[in-house]
Amino acid sequence: MSDTATLPVVNLQPKDYGSNQEIRWCPGCGDYSILAQIKKAFSNLGKDPDNVVFVSGIGCSSRLPYYMNTFGIHSIHGRAPALATGLRLARPDLEIWVITGDGDGLSIGGNHLLHSIRRNLNIKILMFNNRIYGLTKGQVSPTSERNKKTVSTPFGSVGASINPCSFAIGAEATFVARTVDMYPAHLQYTLERAAKHRGMAFVEIYQNCNIFNNEAFNHATDRETRDDNIVELEHGKALIFGKNKDKGVRLRRDYRPEVVKLGDDGASIYDLLIHDEKATSPALAFLLSRLRYPDYPEPIGVFRDIEQAVYNELIEEQIQRLTKEKGEPDLQKLLNGPETWEVQAN
Amino acid sequence: MTRLDTQIEQAAAAKNLEDLKSAIVRFAGDSGDGMQVVGTQFTNATALVGNDLATLPDFPAEIRAPAGSLAGVSGFQINFASTEIFTPGDTVQTLVAMNPAALKVNLGDLERGGHLIVNSDAFTPQTIKQAGYDKDPLEGDELAGYHLHKVPMTRLTLDCVKDVGLKHKDAERCKNIFALGLTYWLYERPLAPTLRWLQEKFGKDEKLRQANELALRAGFNYGNTTELFQVHYRILPARQEPGVYRKIRGNDAAAYGLIAAAWQAGKRLFYTGYPITPASDILHELVKHKNFQVKVFQAEDEIAAMCAAIGAAYGGAMAATGTSGPGMALKSEALGLAVMLELPVVIINVQRAGPSTGLPTKTEQADLLQAVGGRHGECPLPILAAQSPSDCFWTAFEAFKIAVRYMTPVIMLSDGYLANGSEPWRVPRVEDLPKIPVAHPTDPEGFRPYSRNPDLARPWALPGTRGLAHRVGGLEKEDLTGRVSYDPVNHERMCRFRAAKIAKVAESIPDQAIYGDDHGDLVLVSWGGTFGSVRTAVERAREAGRSVSHIHLRHLNPMPRNLGTLLRGFRKILVPELNMGQLLMLLRATYLVDAVGIDKMQGRPFTVAELVLKIQQTLEGDH
Repeated sequence: MSDTATLPVVNLQPKDYGSNQEIRWCPGCGDYSILAQIKKAFSNLGKDPDNVVFVSGIGCSSRLPYYMNTFGIHSIHGRAPALATGLRLARPDLEIWVITGDGDGLSIGGNHLLHSIRRNLNIKILMFNNRIYGLTKGQVSPTSERNKKTVSTPFGSVGASINPCSFAIGAEATFVARTVDMYPAHLQYTLERAAKHRGMAFVEIYQNCNIFNNEAFNHATDRETRDDNIVELEHGKALIFGKNKDKGVRLRRDYRPEVVKLGDDGASIYDLLIHDEKATSPALAFLLSRLRYPDYPEPIGVFRDIEQAVYNELIEEQIQRLTKEKGEPDLQKLLNGPETWEVQAN
Repeated sequence: MTRLDTQIEQAAAAKNLEDLKSAIVRFAGDSGDGMQVVGTQFTNATALVGNDLATLPDFPAEIRAPAGSLAGVSGFQINFASTEIFTPGDTVQTLVAMNPAALKVNLGDLERGGHLIVNSDAFTPQTIKQAGYDKDPLEGDELAGYHLHKVPMTRLTLDCVKDVGLKHKDAERCKNIFALGLTYWLYERPLAPTLRWLQEKFGKDEKLRQANELALRAGFNYGNTTELFQVHYRILPARQEPGVYRKIRGNDAAAYGLIAAAWQAGKRLFYTGYPITPASDILHELVKHKNFQVKVFQAEDEIAAMCAAIGAAYGGAMAATGTSGPGMALKSEALGLAVMLELPVVIINVQRAGPSTGLPTKTEQADLLQAVGGRHGECPLPILAAQSPSDCFWTAFEAFKIAVRYMTPVIMLSDGYLANGSEPWRVPRVEDLPKIPVAHPTDPEGFRPYSRNPDLARPWALPGTRGLAHRVGGLEKEDLTGRVSYDPVNHERMCRFRAAKIAKVAESIPDQAIYGDDHGDLVLVSWGGTFGSVRTAVERAREAGRSVSHIHLRHLNPMPRNLGTLLRGFRKILVPELNMGQLLMLLRATYLVDAVGIDKMQGRPFTVAELVLKIQQTLEGDH
C-alpha cells in the first residue's frame, strides 16, 4: 500500500536529468564530474526522475539535489541518512540516493551514517570525500591526513584521520566501493553497481577541492604515477597493479599485506591476494580498505557486495504478518480497549 | 448474581457500610513492591464500578533503588467519586504503606483520622533505621491521630499461598496483591477484573496465577472477618453522560489519537522516537498496532527521529514523533527544517521536570517557552496542550488536523502527570470522528511547489508523482517556484508568509471558552495538565460565592482570537503554572495585562488547597 504506484522505466538522455537551477560549484571542482556521471549512469539504467529522491545534508556536495531534475531534499548538516531512513520506511517504492561529504557524513552525521549502514536500508549513499571543509572555507575534516595545516589547524592537525570505507565496512555495509572523480568510466560503472545493489550501498568518491585542498588525491589522479599508486579491485582476481602490471599485494603469514614485484624472489601471481567481494565476513574487505598510499596501492572498486535482509523489507513483512495474525484493523475496537462499561441514558 | 457479587453483598451485610461521595487511596512501597501494579488494578476495578476517577502514579527515576530506602519509595494515588472530579486529590483518606520508608515519605499527606494500613512484617529494626526513624513508629504516639491497622501482610500472604508450592521469594511477592484485596474489601471493589487480569498475565504459570488469586481473596477476607475495620465504604457510580466508557492513560490516548487521525485522513501513520521517560510508552503502545499499517521506528537518537519524521512526511505519511524536554532540545534544529520545508509533522513533548535530566519521572510544564521560541530564526509553529489523560487523544488528533491543513509541524505538549495518569473516557464513536481532508497535487500543469492556498499552505506534492519533481531544502526558497533564493526581499516575504500562515490557524480554532462569568473580580488562566486542580479550586471559590472564573487554554500558539477581550473582563488575572511563569510572560507580552503568576516546581501537580488559598489571598488583597 504505497501512496503512488511505481513509475515505469524511461528513456532519457543524461542532460534530461539536470534541473534548470544554476550550478554554483567553483569552476574546476570535482563535483561537476560526479554530477555528470550520475546523470550518465541514470540514463543508462533508465531511471525515472519522478521516482528518484536525492537527499543531502550540508556542504558543497550536498547542493547536488538542486541540480538534478528529480525530487530532492537539501536537509541539515549530517542528517541526510536519517531523513532518507524515514522516507524509505514511508515509501518502499522510491529510489533514494543520499549525497554527503566527509565532514557531513563522518563528523556531524557520523551516528546517522553508522546506523543507516548497519540497518541495511535500501538506500544508496555517495560520500564525496575531499578531505577538507570546503563550504566553510578550509577547516580540517575527519578524513584530513594527520599534521594537515588548515585555517583551524595552522600548526598541523593532531587527530588521526578516519577512512570512510573502513568505517562502512566496520559497520558491515552490504555494499562498499571507492572510486575517483577523475575516472569517469570507473565512476559510472561503480554508480551502476551501487544502483543495482539490493540494500545499503556506500560509495566513497575521491573528489578534488581545487580551492582548499587541491590535488589531495594527486597520487590517484596523476596520469604519470597513478597506476603505481592504485589497485583496481575485481572480484575473483588477484591484486595486481603498476604501470606494467608487474606488482601485486600478498598476505604474509602474520597477516600483514606486502607489496611484491612479480618475479622478484620467486613471487608469482599465485601468491597474491585474490579479491572476493562476496565474502560473508567483512575481514578481507576491511583489510583491503586499510591499504593506503604511500605504503600500499590504494584500492578502488567494489570492496564488498553481499546480499542480506533489508531493513525496510523486514518492516513491511512484519506488518503483513501481524496484520494476518491480528486481523484487519478495527479502530472502534482499538479505542474501546480491553474493557468498557456502558452508562445508559436515564 | 455471580459468586463474587454474592461475596460482596455478604461482606456488606457483615459490617457497617458507609456511603461516601469520594475517596482517595494511596499505595506506597518499595519500587520493587509492585505498587504501580496494584494501583493500576485498583483503577481498573474502580473504572468498572462506574466511578469518576483520577490517578497520580509517582515513582522514582531508578528502576530499583536500594530496597527500603526513602529514595526508592514508589506510590500510586487514586481519587474516585460518585461525582465529577478533575484531580487525584490533595490529601488521602487511606494510605497503604508496605514498609517504614513508605510510611515516612507519605504520612504527611494522610488526613487526620484516615486509615493507615501497614505491613507490620516489614517493620524490622533494620528497615526502621533505614527509613530514618529512631524507634518503631508503629509503637509510639506518632500515629495516634490515625486509624492504624497493623497487618502482618508478609506472613498472611505466605500462609495463604503455602500449598501452591512457590519458592519463598515468589510467594512473598504476592503481598502487594494481598494489600489490594484488603482495599477492595474496604472500598467495595469487585475482584473479577483483577482475577481476569491474573489469568491473562499468569495464564502460562498456573502456580503464580493461583497464588495471586489466593492472596487477593485472603486480603479481601481479612478485611471482612477480622475486627480491625469497624466500617467499610461504598462509592456509588458517578452520573456520567450516556455512552461507552473505558479507563485510559494519557500516553495511550495520545497514541490512539495519532492512529485515529491517520485513519480519518485515509493515510498511514509513521511514528518515530528515541527512548525517553516519560514519552516511551507512546512508542510502546503504537508498536502493538502494526495491523493498522503503523510504521514505528526507534531511531538512533532524537535528532534522527525528528529527521526521519520529516523524511516520512515528505513521502506522504502522517508522521509523528514523541519525546520529552531534553529530546525536544535535540530536535530543535530539524524542527527549523520542518518549518522551512512546510511539511506536516506532529511532535509530542511529554514534559518532565528539567532542566537537563532534572526529575525525569516527575511532572512539570516548563517547556512552553521552548515550544514557542526554542528554535533559530523566525520559526513559528502551532502549539497545543492536552488538559487531561483522555484529552491527549483529542489533542493529538487535532494536532494532525492542523498540521496537514496548514502544512506545518505542530507541537503537542503533554506532561508526565497526564502521560501516566488515567481517568474514565467516554469512547468516541468512530463514525462521529471528523474526517481529516488531505490532498496531493497530481497535475504538472501550473504546479508550483511554493504556491499557497487560502490557508497559505503550500501543496503537499509527493515524490513519485509524474511531472512534479521539485527540490525542497533548508535554504530560503523563492516564493512560488521554490528555487533557491538569496534575494533579501524574498526572504522577508517568506518569513512573513510562514508567520501569517500560523497566525491563520486561529481562524479555524474555536473561540476560547470560559468557566464562570465572562467578567468579574478574578480569572485564573491555565494550560495543560493543571486543568483539574485549577478547575476544582475555581469551583470551590465559586461555591463560596466568589467572583472567580477559569480560562483553560488548549491553543497556545496561536491563541484564540477572543482571549484578549476575555482577559480584559476581569480586575485580576492569576496564572498558575508548574514553571516560573511562562504563559504569564506570553500573556503579559501579548495582551499588555497585569497578570500575576502562581509557580510550583516540585515535580507534582498543584493541590487544590494551595490554589484555593491563593485565590482567597488575591481577592482579599483588594482591601
